[in-house]
Amino acid sequence: MPTPITNVEELTLQEYKYGFVTDIETETVPRGLSEDIVRRISAIKREPEFMLEWRLRAYRQWLKMTEPTWANVHYPKIDYQDIIYYAAPKLKTDAPKSLDEVDPELLATYEKLGVPLREREILAGVAVDAVFDSVSVATTFKKKLAELGIIFCSFSEAVREHPALVEKYLGSVVPYTDNFFATLNSAVFSDGSFCYVPPGVRCPMELSTYFRINAQDSGQFERTLIIADEGAYVSYLEGCTAPKRDLNQLHAAVVELVALDNATIKYSTVQNWYPGDKEGRGGIYNFVTKRGKALGKNSKISWTQVETGSAITWKYPSCILQGENSVGEFYSVAVTKNRQQADTGTKMLHLGKNTRSTIVSKGISAGFGQNTYRGAVRIHKNADHARDYSQCDSLLIGDRCGAHTFPVLEVKNNTATIEHEASTSRIGEDQLFYCRQRGLSMEDAVSMIVNGFCKEVFRELPMEFAVEAQKLLSVSLEGSVG
Amino acid sequence: MSVTAIPATGGAYRAAFEAAARAQRGPGWLGTARRAAFERFLELGFPTPKHEEWRHTNVAVIARGEFTPAPPPDAAAEAAAEKFLAGSPFAALGGARLVFLDGRYAARFSTPGALGAGVRAGSLGAALAAGDAIGEALTREAPWSELAFVALNTALFDDGAVIEIGRGQVLPEPVHVLYLATAAAAQYLQPRTLILAGRDSQASVIEAYASLGEQGVFTNAVTEIVAEENAALEHARLQQENLASYHVSATFARAGRTARVALHALTFGGALTRNDVTAVLDGEGAEVLLNGLYIAGGRQHIDNHTVLDHAQPLGTSREFYKGILDGQASTAFRGRIVVRPDAQHTDAIQSDKNLLLSADAVASSDPQLEIRADDVRCTHGATFGQIDAEALFYLQSRGIGAEAARRLLTFAFASDVLARLRCAPLRRALERELFHRWTGLEGDGEA
Repeated sequence: MPTPITNVEELTLQEYKYGFVTDIETETVPRGLSEDIVRRISAIKREPEFMLEWRLRAYRQWLKMTEPTWANVHYPKIDYQDIIYYAAPKLKTDAPKSLDEVDPELLATYEKLGVPLREREILAGVAVDAVFDSVSVATTFKKKLAELGIIFCSFSEAVREHPALVEKYLGSVVPYTDNFFATLNSAVFSDGSFCYVPPGVRCPMELSTYFRINAQDSGQFERTLIIADEGAYVSYLEGCTAPKRDLNQLHAAVVELVALDNATIKYSTVQNWYPGDKEGRGGIYNFVTKRGKALGKNSKISWTQVETGSAITWKYPSCILQGENSVGEFYSVAVTKNRQQADTGTKMLHLGKNTRSTIVSKGISAGFGQNTYRGAVRIHKNADHARDYSQCDSLLIGDRCGAHTFPVLEVKNNTATIEHEASTSRIGEDQLFYCRQRGLSMEDAVSMIVNGFCKEVFRELPMEFAVEAQKLLSVSLEGSVG
Repeated sequence: MSVTAIPATGGAYRAAFEAAARAQRGPGWLGTARRAAFERFLELGFPTPKHEEWRHTNVAVIARGEFTPAPPPDAAAEAAAEKFLAGSPFAALGGARLVFLDGRYAARFSTPGALGAGVRAGSLGAALAAGDAIGEALTREAPWSELAFVALNTALFDDGAVIEIGRGQVLPEPVHVLYLATAAAAQYLQPRTLILAGRDSQASVIEAYASLGEQGVFTNAVTEIVAEENAALEHARLQQENLASYHVSATFARAGRTARVALHALTFGGALTRNDVTAVLDGEGAEVLLNGLYIAGGRQHIDNHTVLDHAQPLGTSREFYKGILDGQASTAFRGRIVVRPDAQHTDAIQSDKNLLLSADAVASSDPQLEIRADDVRCTHGATFGQIDAEALFYLQSRGIGAEAARRLLTFAFASDVLARLRCAPLRRALERELFHRWTGLEGDGEA
C-alpha cells in the first residue's frame, strides 16, 4: 500500500502521469524555416494557389516582426531555425476510410490517453477529429453530421473540399499580420480542424479534437476555424496531453470563431501538456492566439478553458462583440506549479450596441509557479449600453509562487457599465482545519477547496470535460499544500 | 535611450541647467547628483505612449515645447498673489502657511508661525543655501535614474518646501504649502517638496497648486515623504491650476514600522495632469491610505498612477480613487499593488470608480496586482457607470427635479473621498466648493 501523502509539497512533486512516446514513422521536412519550407508544406498538402499565397504573405510579414516580450513569462530564446515545421504520420493509405485503416499503434496511444475512439463513438456520442501530430487520421460521426449539412473535417480537407468557405473566413478574425506567433502559424500551419454549421442547425453532439504532440522536436501549428451560420449552435471541445520529453516544444496555434446572426459557439479547452519537470526542464511552450468574432446580431461566443499543463502558457481567448446584443464569455482556470508560468486572460472588445461580456478567471499558483491574468475590456464609442462583469481570483499555495493581475479597462461610451473585481488569497488554515477534523486527508481537503474555488468555471464545461477537469486539477495539485 | 522616447530638446534645458548649476548653492553631493540626473534625463528623453507606463498620456506637448525657467515674480504677480490670498477659500487652510510664487519662496506671504521646537517648515532653497543639515533624504526617495520627469526636477529644482517634524512632535494644525503660478506660457516650474516625519510624530501637510493667471505653465513637481516608526502623517495634494496648465507630479512616500501615512490626490485643474504616487510600506505593520478624486471636464486629461509596495510583513493598505468625467475629458488610472516575497500577512484593498457624465468622455482603469507572498489578502475593483437610474428616480419621486437630482448624486459620488480627509479645514473648503459647483447652492451638503 502506498504511503498516504500528508503534505502538499509531496503532492506537487508528483511527476507527469501521461508521459510516453509512441514510435511511429513520420514524414518530416528538414529543420528550419524558409520560403522553400513554406512552399513544400503547401505542396505536401496539395493546397490551392490562394492558400500558398496566403502562407507566403504571412511568412514575409513574419520576417519583419519581432518576438513579443511584454508577457510576464521568461524562457530561453527560441531558435526558429531549429524546429521541424512539418511532421505527418505515415499512413497506409492517403486517407483512412474507417478506424480499421488507422495505425494500430496510434489507436493504442489514444487508448492510453483515455480517448478510445470506438468507445467514444458508441458510448459518449462524441465525434472525435483526432489530430496526431499534424494530420487528422480519423474523423468519426462525419456521416451523421453530414446529414445535417455540418462540415466537420481536418483543415487540410476543408482547404481542398470547401475552398470558398476557407478563403472567405480564414484570417477574418485573426489576420495573418496579427502577432508574431499567429503570423508564424499562418505561414506554416500543418493542420487543424474546420467546422461549419449551416443556418438554423443545432449541432446534436459535442465536437471534439484531441490534439497531441508526438514526434520529437516537431512544433505543432494547429489552425482551427469554426463558423456558425445564422441561428446555428455548436459546442466544441479541445483537449490535450503530450508525452514526456526534455526538449522544449513550441506550440503556436490559432483558433478563429465566427458567429453570424443568432448563432452560438461554445469552445471548451482542457490543456494538459507536459509542463516540464520540477526544476523547470522541458515542457511545452504554448503560444496560442484564440479569437472569436460575434459578427451577427444576438450572437454569442463562449470560451471555457482549464489550463494545467505547459511550461509556458501565453494565451488570450478573446471576443470581438460586433453584432448588436452579442454576448462574449470567458471562463478560465489556470494552474501553475513547480516552475510553470502562465500569462493568460482575455480581451472583450465591445463594438456593437447592447453587447455584454462576462469574465471569470481563477488562477492557482503552487511551488514556484507564476500565474498572470492579463485582460482587456474596451468599450468603443458606439457600443451603447454595453455591459461587462469581470472577476479574477487567485489562490496561492506556497510562499514562493506568484499571482499577478493586469486588467485594462477602457470606456469610451458613458452608457456602459463595467465592473471589475479581483482578489488574491491563500487556502485558509481554518478551512483546511475544518476539513481535516472531519476526517478528510490533506490532499482531499485541498482538492475539495480548490474545486470549490473553480466551481464557477467547471460549471460551464460540458459534462464529460468537467469530470476530467476536476480529476486533472486534483492530480495537478497533489502535494501542494503543507 | 529607449528607441521610442522623444529626445529632450537639450538646448533650452541645457542652458537652464548650466545657469542654475552656477547659481545654486548647496552641498557638493547634491551638485553631483543634479548633474548625473540631468545627463540621465537627456538619455531617457520624454516618454511616449509606447512606454507602457505612459500608454494613456501623451506628453508630446511638453516634450516638443521649448520651456524656459519662470522668471522671478514681478509686482503684478505679487499683486495677484495678494488678491488670491485675501479672497480664496483655499488661501488659508492651516496654521503655518508657506507660499511659493512662481517657484520661489515668498516670505512676505508666508506665515511659518510658531511651530515649536523640533519642527521646521520653510524654504528648501534657503535651507540648502544656508548649509542646513537636510541629509541625504533629499533625492533618496525619488529614483531619478529611471524616471525622466523626476530626473528633470532633480536637475533643475531650486526651491520648494522642507517640512521636518521632530520626534514625538504633534502638530495640532496642518502645514499649508501653496505653490502659486503667474508665469507666462512656455515656462516651467520645478518645485520640490521634502517632508520628514520623525518617530511618533503626527502632522498634516497640504500641498496645493493654483494658477493666478490665464497662462498655462508646465509644472513638474516632485515630493519626497518619509514617515519614521509610528509616525502619523497625512499629505493632501490639491491641484487647482487653470485649464491651460500642464502638470506632472511624482510623490514618493516611505512608511516605517507601524507608521500611518495617508496620501490624498485631489485633481481638478490642468489641461494635462499626470500624478505618480508611490508608497513603500517599509516596516512591519505600516498602514497606507491612498485616497484620490479626479474631476475632469472640457478637454482635460488626468492620469493617476499609483504603486503600493508592500515590502515588509503585516502591512495594510487601502486605496480609493474616484473619477468624475464630463465633456470630452479623458482620464486614466493605474494602480499597482506589489507584495514582495517576505511581506506576509499583507492586507490590501484597492478600488477605482468612474462616473461618466457625458457621451464623449473616455476613461480607463488598469488595476494591477503583483503578488509574491502567499499569506495575503489583496483585492481590487474598478467600475465605470452613469448615475444610477433608480437613485435618480427616488430623488425625483421626492420632488427634486431631474437636473438637481443628477447634480446631487454627482456630489454624493465624490463625498466619500472627501470624508476621508482628516484635515478638517481642507475637507470643509472642498465640500463647499464642490457642492457649489454642482448644485449652485451655498453650503457643504450637510443638512
